[in-house]
This record gives sequence, structure tokens and C-alpha cells, in this order.
Amino acid sequence: MMMEVTLETDHYRTRHDELARKGGMPDWLAGLRKKAIDRYSELGMPTTHQEDWRFTNTQVLNGTHFVPAKEAAGASLNLSALERLTLGGDVHRLVFINGRPAPELSDLAGLPAGLTVLPLSEALTSHAALIEAHLGRHARWENHAFAALNTALFEDGFVVHAAKGVVVEKPVHLLHVTVPSGTEPAVVHLRNLIIAEESAEVRVVESYVGRRGVYWTNSITEIVAGPNALADHYRLQRESEESFHTGRVDMHAGRSGVANTHAVTFGGLLTRNDTGVVLGGEGADSTMNGLTVITGRQVVDNHTSIDHAVPHCTSHEMYKAVLDDHSKTVFNGRILVRKDAQKTDSKQTNKNLLLSNTALVNTNPQLEIYADDVKCTHGATIGQLDESMIFYLRSRGIGEVAAQHLLTYAFANDIVARIQVPALRERLNDYLVHRLREEDVTEEVI
Amino acid sequence: MLEIKNLSASVGGKTILKGINLTMKPGEVHAIMGPNGSGKSTLAQVLAGRDSYVIEGGEVSFLGKDLLDMSPEDRACEGIFLAFQYPVEIPGVSNSYFLRSALNAMKKYRGEPAVDAMDFLAMVKEKARLVHMDEALINRAVNEGFSGGEKKRNEIFQMAVLDPKLAILDETDSGLDIDALKIVAEGVNALRRPDRAVLVITHYQRLLDYIVPDFVHVLADGRIIKSGDKNLAIELEAKGYGWLDDLVAAR
Repeated sequence: MMMEVTLETDHYRTRHDELARKGGMPDWLAGLRKKAIDRYSELGMPTTHQEDWRFTNTQVLNGTHFVPAKEAAGASLNLSALERLTLGGDVHRLVFINGRPAPELSDLAGLPAGLTVLPLSEALTSHAALIEAHLGRHARWENHAFAALNTALFEDGFVVHAAKGVVVEKPVHLLHVTVPSGTEPAVVHLRNLIIAEESAEVRVVESYVGRRGVYWTNSITEIVAGPNALADHYRLQRESEESFHTGRVDMHAGRSGVANTHAVTFGGLLTRNDTGVVLGGEGADSTMNGLTVITGRQVVDNHTSIDHAVPHCTSHEMYKAVLDDHSKTVFNGRILVRKDAQKTDSKQTNKNLLLSNTALVNTNPQLEIYADDVKCTHGATIGQLDESMIFYLRSRGIGEVAAQHLLTYAFANDIVARIQVPALRERLNDYLVHRLREEDVTEEVI
Repeated sequence: MLEIKNLSASVGGKTILKGINLTMKPGEVHAIMGPNGSGKSTLAQVLAGRDSYVIEGGEVSFLGKDLLDMSPEDRACEGIFLAFQYPVEIPGVSNSYFLRSALNAMKKYRGEPAVDAMDFLAMVKEKARLVHMDEALINRAVNEGFSGGEKKRNEIFQMAVLDPKLAILDETDSGLDIDALKIVAEGVNALRRPDRAVLVITHYQRLLDYIVPDFVHVLADGRIIKSGDKNLAIELEAKGYGWLDDLVAAR
């Protein structure tokens, strides 16, 4: 086993060295990548002996030789197929296929003044100072093997920047599509950045889609809500049934800033989401919601972290999961209230609905409170559909299966209803209705 | 319309109903009264098809069909409506969505086309007025955060929308103050029709001042021990259920 780990580490180091030789990157980035690959070598792939990975075995990632995703030769992602993946016309859209920008499928016409949306590969030259100021400053890659690997190996991703005082009306949609390319399993390391400067407002939907194949998506999104700014972020994951998905979202909210993120996970065989926020300015606020709907042998591990670093900040966290068949989910919700963070108000809720006797939930609230004048509540439930509710519905003429679907839908839709992007809300609503009818919608989508 | 013959039922191995006989015709209002634990609510739940009760014996026919053979949803589609003693809260499902799903399920069962969204909206508004229910409650989640009176009124509202042939009101008066009770009774009276039967289950005679029954039956220890007209309810109120102990003992 150790041999294999060493081998994979070497394989990723070789890739790092290739990128370094290719050059064309600023010195700070070359330095950051070097540190990251060294750190990755020290950490190695996670094992279930580590507390943070106790319930999720990622051994399969060690044992698989992932190569960088190739350009999708002749991949026919036509516009009509794209229609069904997007949120309708009224968005600013940037599409990536296998980690590469696809300008022909993107729509960035008519970006309002003060809003920048572009691939990271371009921004590194055109917005060099902005990227240097933020990239790698918020994501906690030092103690996270996959994040270190991403930092060492990323090639592209998106950058969304709303300048001071700019209120962006339309949502920005970043769509990452993976299509099979070649015979070996591919990996895409995506690096994304969302920055809302002082008093700016922007809503961003980041979605990951794949129809077939074994591949690995390893992404990091760093989000900054400046003073009095709003960064409202949605992450929708509908990867292929055989795929692996590891994704970090790290947010920072400044004084009276609002940083929100919603993790909606339907796809992937094995998913690990690490989502964190630092409430770093007084009066900052964060909403962190999650919805997981899985079946088969899918595994979804949500690790969240809310860091109340200063006084008078508020956070609201609501994660829900619907599990069928042999699926499994982990919720680990850490809330850290630092010594000076008086008047913190934090609420965490985790609710899980089991539709089968073979599904499994591990839920673990982790509160660390070092201040004495705070309000922190948390609660977790794991349950099945309520028989009295089903009978009530049936007594009104609604069939048993329809009653089960309706109640499951209601459970999940509670999270969808909180989404502030109407087009996304409607899409998810439709998707949930279809999914519960066990129709294969992904099939018709790509 | 409804013919119950020698019906026995148990829950958790304990026999609750010990041979019920009852015949109801269209247009009739029957009241079943009885002390706590006599089996009143069990009878209501058994008629609606709750599967936690085991049928030990007897027959129930509804409009000539074997009721006990049908699923709860089919019974509802055939025209049976149970107003619950404890209406269930269903977070995340709005009253209007719930009722439209129910109504369309019934229409599908009868081979009728689904109701049009606009027609449905107009109809529920009219029914809400009929039972004096606040229209705002139509779009709230089913019974969630409703007061006791609002929940009971919502049951009658559902009954008005679903238009059953047989309505069973299970202690619809319990927990209501006199004003709320009057409103609920008014709603029920507005829904009385020559082709609709109503079975009112209650512990107290008070409700029967407002919903005047054609027949009153006294249920004790799982059997109907006495039947009469509305005066039987008044007699019961005056003498109390203790008066019937001898009757029970005699059986």
C-alpha cells in the first residue's frame, strides 16, 4: 500500500515539474506551487486514521492513476443540450469543458461596468495584482492534501470580480462540464475566485456536470465579501455516477459583509466537500446551506467550518440529506467562536431523511466556544418518513408512493426554497420532482 | 350508503371494536357518542383505512363495495372523508398544492380530467369563504403553526373542496371554544346535502346543539349499546355516561 502512495505522489510531482518548466507564471505563483507540492508530499493522501477523514475512505483515489484531462476532442456539446444545463437566458455565463474555457458556449456579452468574469488563465496576466492579492490567501490548503494538490497543479478556473459599489443584477453562472477524453481516468484541478469589493453585490452559481465515466474533479473556490458586500454563492454538483469530486469553498466576510454558500449535491460516486467561512469583520453574516440527494452506493461527505473571529457576527447553517438504497453521508459541522468574538449568534441544523434501511448517516456537530457571551445552537436529526403524515395524505386520495414522494420533496425543497436565484430555484425544483420519479434526467441533459 | 356488520378490530393485540352494527343512508346525520376509550376514534380510523388496526371480523360495505378491501386512497376516491381528531402538520407542502394533488388524484380515479389551475384557485377561495377560513392559510404549509381552531376549520375546508359522499368527523369539537365550534358547525351544516351522509363522533353533546343529528348511537366498550334520536344525546348529557354502565354490564 505504501508503495502505491509513494508512486502517486511522484506522479503528481512530475506533473508539477512539467508545469514549472513550461513557465509563463509569475514568481509568486511558482513559489506557491512549489510549497504546495512539497506539502502534499508530506501529507500524502488522507486515510481513515485521520479524524477529518474517519468516515470517508478515499483510498480509491490513491489507487487510481489519474492523468490530466485532455481537450475533449469532438465532444459534441451542442447549444440545445447546453440550454438544459444552464439557467435560462438571463445570466452571464462562462463554460469550461474538461477544465478549459469554451468561449463558443459562453455568453459574457453585456457585462455591466465593474463586473469582471473571465478564466483564471487570462486573469493571471490581465488582473495580476488582484489575483496575487487573493489566490491561496483564503483556502486552507496547508492541511488538506487535495487542496494542496489543487494549489500545486491547477491550470484554470474562473474569476468573478465585482468592483466597489457595483450591484450585479443578473446571476453569474460558471458551468464546468467533464466529458470522457481518452482511456485513462482524468483529473481536473479547478481554481476559482469570487471577489465582491466593498458594498458590491454578486450572485454566483457554480455547477459541475458530467454524464459518464470515471474521473476526478478537484476544485477550490475562494470567495471574498468585502466590507458591506454580498457574495451569494451556489454550488451544484451533478457529476457522473462513477466520478470522484473533492471541492473546497473558502469564504471570508469583512465588516458587515455577507458571504453565503449553498452546496447542492446530487451526483458523483464519492464526494467530499469542505466548506468554510471566516467571519473576519464585525457585523459579518454567513448563511451556509446544503442539500444532498443520493442513492445507490453514493457517498457524500460535507465538512463545514464557521470561524467567528470577531464580535457581533451571525451565522446560519442548515444541511439536509435524503438518502436511498446503500448511500451514505457524513456531516461534520465545526463552529469556532474565538475568545474575542463576543455577541456571536450562530445556529446549526442538520436533518437527514432515510428512505431505505441500508442508508447510513454520520452527523457530528463540533462546537468550540472560547467567548462567554454568545448564542450558539445546534441540532441534528435522522429519521424516516412519518407514517402519520403518509396516512393523512392517503386519506385524502393521494396514493402511497405519491405521498412518499411528496413528503420527500417537501423535505428537500425546504433548502431549495431558500435559494435567491429564481432560475436556479426553478431548475432544482424540476430536477427534484423528476429525480423522485426516478427518471434519468442527466441522460437527457448531456 | 354505509353498512357496517358485526365489525371487530384490534390494535396491538387488544380488541377495541367488538361487533359494531350501523346502517347509514344518504342525507342522514348520525352521531356516535361515548366515553373515552369506548372505541369511537378507532371506528373512524378503521373506516378510513389506517393499517395499524387489524380487522378481526365483520363487513363494511360502502355504496355496495367492500370497503375493508380498499386502500385508504381508494376509499377517499370512492367518497369517504375523515376529519381527523388530530390533524397532521406537513411542513413544506402548501395547503393548496396538497388539495390540488388530492383532488386530481380523485379525478384520475374517476377517469375525469385534472382540474385547471385557475378554476381550482377560484373554487378554493369560494370554499374558504363558505367555512370562514382565512384565505392566507390556503398557501401556508398544511396545518403547520395553525391554532387548534384553524386546524379543525382546515379539515372542514378540505371536506368542502373534496366534496365527499360520507364525511366522518372525529371529535372535531374537541379543544374548540364555543365560537370556534359554532363556525365549524356552520361549515358542516352548509355542506349537508340529500346525497351526503355525515357521521359525527363526539364526546360531548354540545356539538349536537349546532349539528342536529337524525340518529344518536352510544358506543361503550366497543359496541353500540343504545340508539335513538337527538333526545338521547340530551339525556346522556343530563345523566352522564355512568348511567350506561348497567347496560354495558348486562351484555
